[in-house]
Amino acid sequence: MIPAPAFLTNPERFMAFSRWAAPMFGALALVLGAVGLWLGWSAPPDYQQSFTVRILFIHIPTAWMSEFVYACLAVASLLSLVWRQVLADAAAQAAAPLGAGFTLLTLATGALWGRPEWGTWWVWDARLTSELILFLIYLGYMALRASMDDEAKAARAAAILGLVGALILPVIHYSVYWWNTLHQGASVFRSGGSALAPVFFWPVILIVLAYTSAFGSLWLVRIRGEVWRRRAEVAALRAARG
Amino acid sequence: MIHLETGKYAFYIWTAYGLTAAVFAAMIVTALGHARRWKARYEDLARK
Repeated sequence: MIPAPAFLTNPERFMAFSRWAAPMFGALALVLGAVGLWLGWSAPPDYQQSFTVRILFIHIPTAWMSEFVYACLAVASLLSLVWRQVLADAAAQAAAPLGAGFTLLTLATGALWGRPEWGTWWVWDARLTSELILFLIYLGYMALRASMDDEAKAARAAAILGLVGALILPVIHYSVYWWNTLHQGASVFRSGGSALAPVFFWPVILIVLAYTSAFGSLWLVRIRGEVWRRRAEVAALRAARG
Repeated sequence: MIHLETGKYAFYIWTAYGLTAAVFAAMIVTALGHARRWKARYEDLARK
């Protein structure tokens, strides 16, 4: 078996690593985001979508993040379930509210783009509906954890839900091919090259990297919070026992 | 050169960017608040 890096399994080393990595990812996100937005807002309006193309600079990256964060949650759930790693459980728990935030933004910015382009805020299209299901899975995951007092049982139940919920990821990705949808197919990465002109492609890529970096920073901060919370609970138990 | 004009789509574009800023702000505030609160709680208990 390939050993995991120590900073991913040892809480002490993780805390030392995340102390400098979290602000570093945050600073990187700010730089990438600023350059991406500057390039995006310097581009001319699209010949078909006009100015609404500017919504895509933030919609496509949030859509990517909604799925990427869930993939992180699922991998952490697997590590937690199989190897009983406490840090992996904390990582899965910490990812859920961030993923819910990105998915909410995907649905909201998608509706704000859809109204002027499609003439409707919402349709029960396979891509939109599967994204909504992903949002509900995030909420369900958080609700499940919050509903159980026993931390070990909550971790196990949440890890199972986290893994089962990952089945939605291929459904979201392939929904535009499996069903006849109003939502367009892949336009950024596809065989034959991107459908986006370079003036739109590069801002999207930079903002995807900025969002990924921002998630990295916030995820580490939330995992740190979880480590402190669990340490505080152990300390409280010790204090209660005298 | 940045062009801030949004034509007749101003409401949709600025609402999308405003919501994005608000959700990011909420994620940052809650993440930092959660970490600071529990770190302070742990340090308080460890001192006793």
